[in-house]
Amino acid sequence: MHAIEVNNLVKRYKKATTNAVDNVSFTVDEGEFFAFLGPNGAGKTTTISILTTTLAKTSGELKIAGFDIDKDPKEVRSRIGVIFQNPSLDLNLTAEENIRLHSIMYKQYGFKPTYKLMPKEYKNTVTELSEVLGLGEEIFKPIKTFSGGMKRKLEIIRTLMHKPKILFLDEPTSGLDPLSRKNLWEYLNTIKKKENTTIFLTTHYLDEAEGADRVCIINHGKIMINDTISTIKNKLIKDHMYVETKTQEELNAVKKELKTHNYKFEDRDNGLIINVKNSHSQELIKSIKTNLSKINIVQPSLEEAYLNLLNNNYEH
Amino acid sequence: MNIKNELNSILAIAYRDFLKFIRDKQRIVFSLIFPLVFIAALGGSLNANLESDIGYNFMTYVFIGVLAQTLFQSTASGVISLIEDRENDFSQEIFVSPISRYSIIIGKIVGESSVAMVQIITIFLVSFVIQVPIILPRLLLLIPFSLLVCLLGGSFGVMVLSNLSNKRAADQIFPFIMFPQFFLAGVFSPIKELPTYLWILSRMAPMTYAVDLLRSTYYKGLPEYNKVVLHSQLLNLTIILVLTTIFISAGTYLFIKNERNR
Repeated sequence: MHAIEVNNLVKRYKKATTNAVDNVSFTVDEGEFFAFLGPNGAGKTTTISILTTTLAKTSGELKIAGFDIDKDPKEVRSRIGVIFQNPSLDLNLTAEENIRLHSIMYKQYGFKPTYKLMPKEYKNTVTELSEVLGLGEEIFKPIKTFSGGMKRKLEIIRTLMHKPKILFLDEPTSGLDPLSRKNLWEYLNTIKKKENTTIFLTTHYLDEAEGADRVCIINHGKIMINDTISTIKNKLIKDHMYVETKTQEELNAVKKELKTHNYKFEDRDNGLIINVKNSHSQELIKSIKTNLSKINIVQPSLEEAYLNLLNNNYEH
Repeated sequence: MNIKNELNSILAIAYRDFLKFIRDKQRIVFSLIFPLVFIAALGGSLNANLESDIGYNFMTYVFIGVLAQTLFQSTASGVISLIEDRENDFSQEIFVSPISRYSIIIGKIVGESSVAMVQIITIFLVSFVIQVPIILPRLLLLIPFSLLVCLLGGSFGVMVLSNLSNKRAADQIFPFIMFPQFFLAGVFSPIKELPTYLWILSRMAPMTYAVDLLRSTYYKGLPEYNKVVLHSQLLNLTIILVLTTIFISAGTYLFIKNERNR
């Protein structure tokens, strides 16, 4: 059984002339870390809102943990945890009160107006959580004073109270400083290992997707690529070499030599781009007898490859 | 549906609204200013100038009217606030939870009713200080009926909420549907005699029955009853219950339908 199954999902907002999500299909396996990437307005948040039952689809078939999201929304809701793009903590409540409200709504405990009246099991969990957060007694203070990173962590801890099978994270690190981002990821990875939670992440930071099992890139509501991170790297990243010569005659001579050795190349600026794996670059240089005035061995980053893909410069 | 679980969730959601209110000192102060200005300034000045002519104490008249109006409006606007948090706040968390959508609405109405009740208790206390002429046992009798006024206000809020798409629309429409009711319901102006068109509008405004329920309860058996009360207590109660039922069922149905269809 797939954790998430999406078939031909279409969403067109009221009064819109184009589809925000346009016939998208994909599956996510149990325990998989799935990264959903794309620029602003690509359809990431729309998709995640539909998957988490807060937005109705236009057409398509969706199953979460085996339940149809329209027929059994309650079953779906009780099995997922959601971290929204905008923080969804109640700032007037204490950290503990936020956690308490959550666990009551997820039917773990009955309503009690104070912490003291809650069962022992709950109190133990809260003590444990406050240690994880490094909060101590501050868990009983209003969260207005918490830092952005701390609030995010608290949201994740709150969501984990009901042990969700699938965790949806909608740009969880937007607005966080680099250190908070790093800490948050370390924490998420620990959880993933411990609980074997399926993670569905949307982000526009490519480096955050590096740890994913699978990456799906969406743009203008359509999936552009959906594969394992290593396959995507192989597909998108094309090593090449850039060479220049002093004169045009020498350049023509280089072209001739390349042709006889079956290398593919194209003109770029004053020189040539030669398609060759970095591991084979020495071999290539040896085979060229003409004098070269400049040699660059280039490996584009995944980030560059991703940007190229979005700019449609990528040739299949 | 497990009723015990849903009840727990309703209480938890309601309690959150209550806590939020009592921790917001600024909001408590502001929620008092408006009613007190009307009672003391408007009621007081009109009473000083009119009492001999109209035959009843105008300050008391405005006081009861403002109580009903505060309960009705505070609960209605509290429920409508669900729309503003839906966009980028805590209620996202409520909407992805596995509780019934009806429980969310009912929890919100209960919570905002408790907030309104706290407000009018503080208005009671301040009115003793400024010496509004009140008969205390009659005032206490208003408390159970006040809950019904909250319920009407809350369900009216749901009805309005179900037809709004965003916070901006709510901010624009809310004063437009609330302020005319102050005058149509006779919160601080007598409406015993009205021109036909105003009479029709007045009887259409839900707040009219909220105000008249409290007045018909307070003034029952007093000599000025016929001068200040429109309908019998029983008629007011009946109309309020009918309106509440319609508003809650139709409003929640529409709200749930529109909530996901964007």
